[in-house]
Amino acid sequence: MSLPLIQIENVCKAYNMGAETVHALRGVNLEIFKGEYVAIMGPSGSGKSTLMNILGCLDTPTSGSFILNGHAVDQMDDDELADIRNREIGFVFQTFNLLPRSTSLHNVELPLIYAGVDLDERLEIARNALIQVGLKERMNHKPNELSGGQRQRVAVARALVNNPSILLADEPTGNLDTATGDEIMLLFDELYKKGNTIILVTHEEDIAQRARRIIRIRDGRIASDEPHQVS
Amino acid sequence: MKLKNELSESFRIAFDAINANKMRSILTTLGIVIGVVTVSLMSMAIDGVSKSFVQSISVLGSDILYIEKESWMDHSDWWKRRGRRDIELSQAKELVRLAGDRYIISPYVSHQVCTVKYKEESITGVFMDGGSAAHQAVNKYTFSEGRFFDANEVDGSRPVCVLGYDAVHSLFKGDNAVGKKVKLNDITYEVIGAMEKRGTFMGFSMDNTVYIPVTRMLSDFANRPNVSILVKAPDMKNIDEMTEEIRGLMRKVRHLQPGEEDDFAINKQGSLIDTFNKVNRIISSCGLFITGLSLFVGGIGIMNIMFVSVAERTKEIGLRKALGARRRTILLQFMLEALLICLFGGVIGLLIAFAFQPIVSIYIPASISLKTVVIALLIAAATGVISGYIPARRAAEMDPVDSLRNE
Repeated sequence: MSLPLIQIENVCKAYNMGAETVHALRGVNLEIFKGEYVAIMGPSGSGKSTLMNILGCLDTPTSGSFILNGHAVDQMDDDELADIRNREIGFVFQTFNLLPRSTSLHNVELPLIYAGVDLDERLEIARNALIQVGLKERMNHKPNELSGGQRQRVAVARALVNNPSILLADEPTGNLDTATGDEIMLLFDELYKKGNTIILVTHEEDIAQRARRIIRIRDGRIASDEPHQVS
Repeated sequence: MKLKNELSESFRIAFDAINANKMRSILTTLGIVIGVVTVSLMSMAIDGVSKSFVQSISVLGSDILYIEKESWMDHSDWWKRRGRRDIELSQAKELVRLAGDRYIISPYVSHQVCTVKYKEESITGVFMDGGSAAHQAVNKYTFSEGRFFDANEVDGSRPVCVLGYDAVHSLFKGDNAVGKKVKLNDITYEVIGAMEKRGTFMGFSMDNTVYIPVTRMLSDFANRPNVSILVKAPDMKNIDEMTEEIRGLMRKVRHLQPGEEDDFAINKQGSLIDTFNKVNRIISSCGLFITGLSLFVGGIGIMNIMFVSVAERTKEIGLRKALGARRRTILLQFMLEALLICLFGGVIGLLIAFAFQPIVSIYIPASISLKTVVIALLIAAATGVISGYIPARRAAEMDPVDSLRNE
């Protein structure tokens, strides 16, 4: 078997909240391989968000090791983390997080700007990504001219544009109605079938049911980690 | 190229941000506008004043010495000089004899105000100078009619006069002046020359004048037998050497013993310029201080608004960092925003200064130079960079997790 894409060993994360130390993660071990579709579940306060921040290279563990696609992330400084996020991670947020004054196209372009891709190439890639998510006609619209589902599609296109090794989605349907949420989930299914590695962080059971593996977090530890058959 | 892409993105963000907060940006940059207006008008005024001063002073000639009882510059210990002996005409003649033909030496008595009458016409407030024939050699007056008085007329104390351009025109209105009799404070003189226009010196017209032989001046108008002596080298000589030589000769003329202090002063244009430069430096540094103060206040305004801008866009900063923006990129973004706001203020300030230029130039012959424009913009840019740095660094060092959570 090939090397795992994500290799987390005994990862702990503690925060100092005034005099108190909060242990958000208490020794997590996890391996995720390329092409997997994983849901991370857990109630609020379980350490789910902390794990997601570490997986997204937004934060580093207090102890333990994290190797992402061969890079030792736990040793990196801020700028190296920025670079690895840019290359390896595609984020999809609950609140979309689009730049409100920029067009869809420019929003999608953004990761490519930080990757140092030149303008012509950048526009070409961004256009293709928007076509892929079905927004060919909405390239020059600003977020406030788009529906919630369309905004999240722009965000997905933005996440895909750098060919990341992981698509990391944090409650991607949390701000959408059921029908639109389903639409987005269909898009994720499609991306999974194309070979993308997807990590879905959610507390909604029916969203998690779309994934092929469900990891449950409780009190900073992995409570269960099971493969899941999608009917 | 990564930096190029980052820069163009930063420019875009900065423009967007300024565009989205037009009123705020304009108000913020007001301090810079005022600073730049001050710096441009101030340097314009200082340039103009020194230019016009140097222009005026050049009439005195850089290679001419003026021997007088009093110094132009040094006004200390005046009581010691109160009892100084007059410089008499005979001493001037003695100096001429000693110096020989190495110098042009011309005694004169200057600036009494008189009334000049011709028939029914009369003008008051005319400056009367008593000079000698050598004056012509030094000043190279040009005449529309007639000539300057010669050595015989001076030695013979002849009642002849030369009129300046304004005097000729008010009295004779286009008629010939030479040969006419005029009255200077009721004493009759014959006009032998009419001068062409000479312009102004430190705000005084040099055309509202009448010249008479210095001998005549002493006998008819002066209340003391005191003259000034003008000394010029026929060819350009080292002015310091010349001063020393003349000083030695004057001491001999005045019969001063070795060790005795000079009881006369040798004045020259250079020392006037030195004093002016001293004053000018003081004015400049005051101007600099005021400018610096308004730019400082402006800079604080910029810093303040940049802190607000950073706080408002915390979430955007978090997002950009999540998508791969490095610290440098964020730093650049906010510093460029501050820089652009300041440059914008600088340009507005310059436009205002240019609008004021015609008004200022009524009083001072000056204009805003390219150098001033460049300096003003550089100062504005520097203010932007300096005051933008701390807020930008705060933005650059934000934690992506915390800032993404910010609402």
